[in-house]
Amino acid sequence: MKIAVCLKQVMTRETNVRPDASSTAVREDGASWALNEPDAYALEEALRLKERAGGEVVAVSAGPARVAQVLREALARGADRAIHVEGDHLAACDPFTTADALAAALRDESPDLVLTGLQSDDQGFGQVGVVLAERLGIPHATIVVAVEVQDGALRVKRELEAGWFQWLSLPLPALLTIQSGINQLRYATLKGIMAAKKKELRVVPAPAPAPAMQRIAAIRVPVRSKQTRMLSGTAAEQASALVDALRGQL
Amino acid sequence: MVIVVAECASGHLSQTSREAVAAARHLASDISLIVPAPAGADAIAEALQLPVAEVVALEHDAFAHPTAEVLATALAPLLAASDATHVLWAHTYQARDYVPRLSARLGRPLATDCVAIERTGDGVLFTRTIFHGRLVADVVLDGPGPHFVTTQIGAFRDTAPAAPAPAAPQLRHVAAEIPEAALQVRAEPPVRDVRQSTDLTQARRIVAVGRGIREESHLGLVRELAAALGAEIAASRPVCDAGWLPMDRQIGSSGQTVAPELYVAVGISGAIQHIVGMKGSKTIVAINRDPDAPIFEIADYGIVGDLFEVVPALTAALTSR
Repeated sequence: MKIAVCLKQVMTRETNVRPDASSTAVREDGASWALNEPDAYALEEALRLKERAGGEVVAVSAGPARVAQVLREALARGADRAIHVEGDHLAACDPFTTADALAAALRDESPDLVLTGLQSDDQGFGQVGVVLAERLGIPHATIVVAVEVQDGALRVKRELEAGWFQWLSLPLPALLTIQSGINQLRYATLKGIMAAKKKELRVVPAPAPAPAMQRIAAIRVPVRSKQTRMLSGTAAEQASALVDALRGQL
Repeated sequence: MVIVVAECASGHLSQTSREAVAAARHLASDISLIVPAPAGADAIAEALQLPVAEVVALEHDAFAHPTAEVLATALAPLLAASDATHVLWAHTYQARDYVPRLSARLGRPLATDCVAIERTGDGVLFTRTIFHGRLVADVVLDGPGPHFVTTQIGAFRDTAPAAPAPAAPQLRHVAAEIPEAALQVRAEPPVRDVRQSTDLTQARRIVAVGRGIREESHLGLVRELAAALGAEIAASRPVCDAGWLPMDRQIGSSGQTVAPELYVAVGISGAIQHIVGMKGSKTIVAINRDPDAPIFEIADYGIVGDLFEVVPALTAALTSR
């Protein structure tokens, strides 16, 4: 089975995210970058499916030059090859533009299965995977927590609200958006990192983007809606102040 | 006119659909509510109680357990032919599953998970949280309408601006057309995981632990604090994903929704998926080393500090009372 896994590079949780001077984008200076966490689970699931059923895992990312980092990481963890759809405009764009860039690379590949994370830790549109399925003309399932392959078809478990789940059966080819926690992640070994150096990382230019249908007018730090009493001092002083404050309730 | 597409569960109108109607009233008083449901569902009578101009009962047996393709196929012709300015959904798991497909198929932009809607001089700003709530973005939608919007659960509860109550809604029945080709994905009825055995909704006090605990071996600190408070222990998603606490102790959109008298969030940054599950708590205490963590926005008491110092100090202060 040929599995494509779509990966996004995002700022790490440790990055202090702030609007830039234009207030329409996030400052990139001083940022550290990593693989979007749900996409890491999608990659792991792709590797496990390949280990069970054979085939090939192709990692794909759409973005500026810096995103090659997450593709090299994917190769080191076990992906067979990688495709970087390169374009500076992909650093921050609407979901249609990202999906179109990924679709352009995947159409020629004709994968049996496309996996990606359920949403990104930065913009959090939660759209790119589903829009990509529509662009490729294949069925999809979202927020998937278990994948079974049976006789050229899929049976997947979808998460619903409040502890409910639903099983779906899909024909292949299909696209799944993967929920964090579906599996236990592996990390790159030194051997994997060395092997990755010999693997193919193909760079293809992004297609010319269609006019954006959504744009950010302003990015702001949220206004605190609740009066929060911040307790200062040493840990012992903070603890004692909290116990005093809660006295009526304890 | 603005369209709201409702969601049903077991034939009843979902509470989140009422929130989507409340959100739509920020845009127009003339609202058409489309209810995809099997014919005869109670949801239609419930929809007729809402402050809308029209209820469209979109009927098909496949709506009992609809797939994304069923909903997209049935709604596409209705929305494409509409002269509505916007179509709204609550940002539920179902909407997340099919609305992006519909927006791509019809070439209409989609702003997901919006927390505020503001009319400006020449358009509308939709506010979304980004970076898990650390920042917010005001988004403008362009291109042919109607524009598509999903609204965050809990963001539009009682905030509908005062508007004259419309007369009783008109009811229109439409039989959905769903060709065989749209039925290639088969959905089974939803199931609840049998392992779900801990009911946190009845707990008076909860100590919840998040990613900040770093290692399973550190959980003892939090258990001691919970014991000192007489509280149940719970967690945000990453802790349960890692297997450090069972899934039935997870608070948030995919876990339990709780509203205890006291909720102590330890090392939880406050991603919206967690916040929707606990923001109804009476008193919220947040302990986090990041002063910008979104959890502080909803906390009554905040402690910025190292949880490995603060939590033992708190346990000690409680036990020495």
